[in-house]
Amino acid sequence: MTSEGEWKRLHPATPLLRGGIAFIAVLGFILASFRERIVETAVGSPDVDNFVVEIYERGQLGWALGIVITVLLIGVAAFTLSWRMHLYRINAEAVEVKSGILFRTNRKARLDRIQDIVITRPTLARLFGAARLELSVAGQDSTVQLSYLRGGEVEKLRQEILRLAGGPPPADPATEKTRDRPADPAVPAGSLVNIPTARLVGSILLRWSTVGFLLLIGALITGTVLDEGLTFALLLVPVILGGLGYFYSHFTSSLRFSIVGSSDGVRIGYGLFTVSNETLPPGRIHAVEVFQRVLWRPLGWWSVRINRAGHGPHHARSKESAIVLPVGRVADVERVLALLLPGSAALAAPGAIRAGLLGSGRMNGPPDSTGGIEFVAAPVRAFWLRPLSWRRTAFAVSADAVLIRQGGPSRSFVVVPLARLQSLDFRQGPVRRCLGLAQLRLHTVPGPIACVVGIPTADDAHTAFAAISAAMVETTAEEPTAEEPTAEQIGAAR
Amino acid sequence: MLTDTGDDWRRISPKYLALELVSIAIFGLVTVGGATLLAVNTSWGQTFGWIAPAVFTVVTVIMLAVAPRRVRALGYRLRPDDLLFRRGIMFHRVVAVPYGRMQLIDINRGPIDRMFGLAELKFVTAAASTGVTLPGLPVAEADALRDHLVSLAESRRSGL
Repeated sequence: MTSEGEWKRLHPATPLLRGGIAFIAVLGFILASFRERIVETAVGSPDVDNFVVEIYERGQLGWALGIVITVLLIGVAAFTLSWRMHLYRINAEAVEVKSGILFRTNRKARLDRIQDIVITRPTLARLFGAARLELSVAGQDSTVQLSYLRGGEVEKLRQEILRLAGGPPPADPATEKTRDRPADPAVPAGSLVNIPTARLVGSILLRWSTVGFLLLIGALITGTVLDEGLTFALLLVPVILGGLGYFYSHFTSSLRFSIVGSSDGVRIGYGLFTVSNETLPPGRIHAVEVFQRVLWRPLGWWSVRINRAGHGPHHARSKESAIVLPVGRVADVERVLALLLPGSAALAAPGAIRAGLLGSGRMNGPPDSTGGIEFVAAPVRAFWLRPLSWRRTAFAVSADAVLIRQGGPSRSFVVVPLARLQSLDFRQGPVRRCLGLAQLRLHTVPGPIACVVGIPTADDAHTAFAAISAAMVETTAEEPTAEEPTAEQIGAAR
Repeated sequence: MLTDTGDDWRRISPKYLALELVSIAIFGLVTVGGATLLAVNTSWGQTFGWIAPAVFTVVTVIMLAVAPRRVRALGYRLRPDDLLFRRGIMFHRVVAVPYGRMQLIDINRGPIDRMFGLAELKFVTAAASTGVTLPGLPVAEADALRDHLVSLAESRRSGL
């Protein structure tokens, strides 16, 4: 294991992987182009005087060659030097990275603030057995990146960091045992959810973007036929290539998906060529949305995404990175939700998840099966605001989470754990006032999910506002941060 | 409950109304003046140019008329564990922020604020959308409120 406080260097191939490849390509190109002349100068006239004379006699071409070679040498030297200056260390409190030659930077991230850890292995880096480790803390541009590290070292480092980081105490005493982390956490073998390749392909194809793509191609083909010119036919090629590239990248990055719960957090892996492996320590999830695209409805497929505090700019799939389950059936969704929000009483209630996913205003499922979770449906007059989805729109407030059910033809089910909720917003504009409706917005950290209870009656919204704001405070009080002494403790110490 | 204006709601300084009126008047002068200049000087302005100054005048007058009610609607309430903030009559809004969720508190004072001896308090949580700004507090009150809130947040801190 890494000894505390010792500065370490990155993988020796780092300069190569971080852009040195381009240099080598340039060098190779030049060597190939001037091979004969270089051989001539090297073999034919080893005399130094002659070499200089040669360059002089060749005029500008010679000078250019000299300059390019000098720049290359300086570049290689700079990359090597920057590698030597790029150091990292880990101790019980923080990860620290020093880098830069002229402009020195020193970044230190506190371990108890780490939001997630991503290990990425790009194709090229895999050849060298190297991997990139990214640690996110909350906030904009707040990743600590260690690229690249030796393959074996990365895994050890991840475990070490997670062991030191600990994570906030779990909300439920039932999961208390996870606080005493073993040094080498046992990872259950096998993924919780297996996605058959056919389903993955189907889920990528069954989107509106596919429909749009096909319509565009159809329009271009019609244009070609009618126009009898080449204009449309020429457009067809890049459009098809672009479309295929889009689907292909989606497909390869979602292949080999796995999600596993371990004692140090949820681990999500994906990717065929560029392999990513992400660890979310417990209690870092601020909102979960289970959603269903319109075209997935007949097949009963769902996808799950989350809001969380840290997201690095170099994420393997920056836009998609919030997705924790690309596609799955209701049973898969239930397993993933149980993993993401362990100890949530709201989700543990039998039938609550199914009522949230499949329920509708008139049908909350059989009343005894929801286990105390009562969905409050939107009133009929909400039809004027959401003609397609008012019947399904509903919300439920439990002791530890708010559940929001919404969506017209496409369906969505949002779970917001109250312990992570930042603030609560009650809104009523002129239109909603006329209809006797209101809107509740639940503010979480920025992410793809907007947690909004859109069309409750004003009375329901008032009741819920009181209930949620009270419950939000209670969950805060229950969870003092373990690492930081509270004001009373400081006072007592004095 | 949310809409009542009982005694436990704290109001902002009445001077804030004057501040609002001054800023609206400045807005009105600039926009109406600019539009009028355009209307007088440009050739197309001869026919249609007077629409813009008229619109700006109407907007300014409406804003001036609504300002007293808007200012009266602004208020906050310190409950044992969270802060309630309300604003707006037409677009009514009430926000609850538990003290433990506050990340930092800003005090801003613009040039007009300084003229009236007022300050604006801004509460920042980890959610960008919280957006609670409390304008029109007397400087001493703003400082005291900030210190009070910081100490409350300190004792109720929860990790992210």
